[in-house]
Amino acid sequence: MNEHASSQTEPKADARSLRFGESWDYAPAPESVKVEIAEKYGHYINGKFTTPTKTTKFFGSINPSNEKVLCKVTQGTKKDVDKAVDAAKSALTGWKRLSGKERGKYLYRIARRIQERARELAVLESMDGGKPIRESRDVDVPLAAQHFFYHAGWADKLKYAFPNRDPQPVGVCGQIIPWNFPLLMAAWKIAPALACGNTVVLKPAETTPLTALRLAEIFDECELPAGVVNIVTGDGATGQALAEHKGLDKLAFTGSTSVGKKIAAAAAERDIPCTLELGGKSPNIIFDDASIDQAIEGIISGIYFNQGHVCCAGSRLFVQESVLDEVIRRLEWRMKSLRVGDPLDKNTDVGAINSKAQLATINRYLKIGSEEGAEVHVPGGGEVPAKGYWCRPCFFTGVQQSHQIAREEIFGPVLAVMSFRTPEEAIQRANNTPYGLSAGIWTDKGSKMFELAGKLKAGVIWCNTFNRFDAASPFGGYKESGFGREGGMQGLRGYVKF
Amino acid sequence: MAQRLSVAKTYKLYIGGAFPRTESGRSIAITDTSGKTITHVCHASRKDFRNAVVAARSAQPGWMGRDAYNRSQILYRMGEMLEGKGEEFAQLIKRTTDADLRTARKEVEASVDRLVAYAGWADKFSQVLGCHNPVVGPYYNFTVPEATGVVVAVAPDEPSLLGLITLMAPALCSGSTVVALGSEKHPIATSVLGEVCATSDVPGGAINLLTGQRDELIEHIANHRDVNAVVGAGLSKKHAAALRMGSSENIKRVRIEDSVDFYDDEACESPWRIEPLVEMKTIWHPSAT
Repeated sequence: MNEHASSQTEPKADARSLRFGESWDYAPAPESVKVEIAEKYGHYINGKFTTPTKTTKFFGSINPSNEKVLCKVTQGTKKDVDKAVDAAKSALTGWKRLSGKERGKYLYRIARRIQERARELAVLESMDGGKPIRESRDVDVPLAAQHFFYHAGWADKLKYAFPNRDPQPVGVCGQIIPWNFPLLMAAWKIAPALACGNTVVLKPAETTPLTALRLAEIFDECELPAGVVNIVTGDGATGQALAEHKGLDKLAFTGSTSVGKKIAAAAAERDIPCTLELGGKSPNIIFDDASIDQAIEGIISGIYFNQGHVCCAGSRLFVQESVLDEVIRRLEWRMKSLRVGDPLDKNTDVGAINSKAQLATINRYLKIGSEEGAEVHVPGGGEVPAKGYWCRPCFFTGVQQSHQIAREEIFGPVLAVMSFRTPEEAIQRANNTPYGLSAGIWTDKGSKMFELAGKLKAGVIWCNTFNRFDAASPFGGYKESGFGREGGMQGLRGYVKF
Repeated sequence: MAQRLSVAKTYKLYIGGAFPRTESGRSIAITDTSGKTITHVCHASRKDFRNAVVAARSAQPGWMGRDAYNRSQILYRMGEMLEGKGEEFAQLIKRTTDADLRTARKEVEASVDRLVAYAGWADKFSQVLGCHNPVVGPYYNFTVPEATGVVVAVAPDEPSLLGLITLMAPALCSGSTVVALGSEKHPIATSVLGEVCATSDVPGGAINLLTGQRDELIEHIANHRDVNAVVGAGLSKKHAAALRMGSSENIKRVRIEDSVDFYDDEACESPWRIEPLVEMKTIWHPSAT
C-alpha cells in the first residue's frame, strides 16, 4: 500500500540509516472536500427516509479519529424491520419480473453515480470509520462501483453462469454487514442480490452507517423502484430482529465467527439459505527464495491495511528460518515509515481504530501476548493524536503456535511472527487453524507456489501479493471462515435457486 | 431577410481515431425515400481498407492489454453516447430507409442495449468460456480465451445500425480490434457511428468504420493476410463464399451467417458469438516443492 519505501536501500542497524517518525514531519495534506452530513438520519424503507416519531431512539455515529459525534442515526426496532421486510416483499414481484437487462441497467446507473460521488463517499467513509482517505479513495469506493458495474452485466446473463439450470431469485434477503468496509460490504451484498432479482433489507454496522445511507440516496437518484433495497440502521438488537425475521428467504452476513454461528442457527431454524463471510487468522508465508523487498510490502499491506480491520488479514506471518532475522530487521525498519494519524490526511498509512470497544479488544490481546511470553515490537515513533482511538502498528516475535495471539482473530494492526523450516511444515502450521479465509505465499519458485496453493485450506490464495480484491474474483472462506463466495461467477450462487 | 443556410455535415470514414476522407476521392450519394439526394458518404477504396487494418493492428495490443473492466466501461460509454445521439440516428434511419420513426427508434434502442449487453460480457466471457483442466500429474493446467486480433465485420444492409453493432461488439468486448464495412444500402448510420466511437474513450484504431461497396472490397478482405477473423451476415452467396475461401489464405476464422434476427437478444447477446473470435490458450505449470 506504500510506495515511498520501496526504493530505499537495505537498512543498516545504526549510523547512516534514514530516520523517520518525529524527525521527518510531512506537511499536512488534508483532503479538502467538505461533506454535508444531516443532523439526524432515518431508515430507508420503501423508497423513503423514515421520519422520527415520539418513541424513536437515536444513537450517535462517532468519528473515531476525534471522538466527535458526526450525526444521530435511528435505532431500528422490530417494527422498523417488519416494515422493511414488508416493503422488500411487496417490491419482489415487480423486481423479479423485470427483464434481466432492465435490472442490469439500474445497477449500471448506480455504479455510475457511485463513480460520480466517489470523493464524497470516500471522505465520509474515512470520517465515519477511521480508515485512511488514501484507502477509501483508492480501494473501497472504486471497488464498490466496480461491484455494481460487474454485477449489472450478470443480470441478463445468469443462465450462462448456471448451465442447464433455470436460475430464479431466492426472494427477500436479509443482509448484515460489518464496520471495516462499510460501503464496499454494502456493495458486495446488494449488487449480486439485485442482479439475480432479489430484494434486500440491509443493516449496516452500528458504528459505520453513513455511507450505506448515502448509498440509499444514490438508489433514489437512480430511480430504483421503492422497496427493492431497504436499509435499517441499529445495533446488534436490530441485527437480531432482522436475522430472526420470519419473512426472509435468505440471510447473508459478514462479520465475526461468533455472531456468524448465531446467524447460521437462525437460518437453520427456518431452513433458509445462508451465506457467511466470517473471521480469519490468515497465514502469510515467506520463503527464503522470495524477493524480500516485495514480501515486506506484502506483509505491510497484509496486516496493516485498514488498521488490520480485515477479515482476511495476513495476521500470522511464517518466515523461513534462514531469512527470519533479515525479514524482522527489514520489517521493523519499514514500519518506521508508516504514518499513523488523521484519516483525512493523504499521507496517512494507518488511520484510527474503528471504535473504543475494538481498541479495548486489541489492547487486551497486546497484554495477553506479552503475558504469554511473546515480545512486542512497536517500531514507529511519533505522537498519536490525543483524542480518538489509536493503535500503533506492531508485531510479536517469539510466538508459539499455542499462543492466543497466534490463534485468535485480533482484528487490529497486530502481527504474530513465527518461523518454519520446510514447505511441509509451513503447510501444516498454516492449516492448523479453525479458519480458512486467505493465505499468502511469497516465493520466486512457481512450482512451489502452486504446490502450496493446492495444499493450503483457504478460499483465497495470494501469490506474491496480498489483499487484492476485484468484483470478478470470488471471495470467501473454508471452514469456520464461512461458506458461500462473494464476487465472480461463483458469488452469484448464493442469490439464486434452481 | 435572407433565410439562413444550414451547415451540412460532411460524412467521412473513421480510421485510427480520425475522420479522413477516402483517399480515392469518391463519394456515394445518399437519397431519402423519395429519391432525393440529401447528402454523401465516402466511397472507401482498397487502400482505405488496408489503412484501416494497419490502424486496427497497431491498436490491438493496447486494447487487449486494457483491464476487461476498462473495456467494459468503454463499451458502456458507447451505449451512453449512442443513447444521447439516438434521435439523430432514428431520424436518419427514418429518412433513408423504409422504416417509420417508431421502428427506427426501436432499432436505436436495441443497439444501445446491445452495447450494454456486451459491456457486461467484457469481464465475464472468460469466466464462462475458460476453465481449469484436471490433467494427470502434478500440474496446474488452465485454459483462458484470448482475443484473436483484428476482426473485419461485414455488416448486413439492414438493420444498418443494429446489424453493424451486433457484429462488432463481440470482437471488441473480448479485446480484438475491428474494421467494419457498414451497410452498403444504408451507409449513413455507419458514418455517424464514428462520432459515437470518437466521443466514448474508444482508443484510436480499436474501431475503424468504412462505407463503400462490397463488390470492390470483399476480395481484399478475404485475401488480407493481417486479418485474423471475418464476421458477416446477410451477404450474397457470392460474397459469403469469397469470404469463406479467405480462410485458406492465412487460416482466418470466418463466421458468415445467412440471416440473423437481430432483435433476438437470446441469439445476439450470447457468449457463443464471442467464442469464434477468441483463441483458447492453455497454460501448464508444475506444482512441486
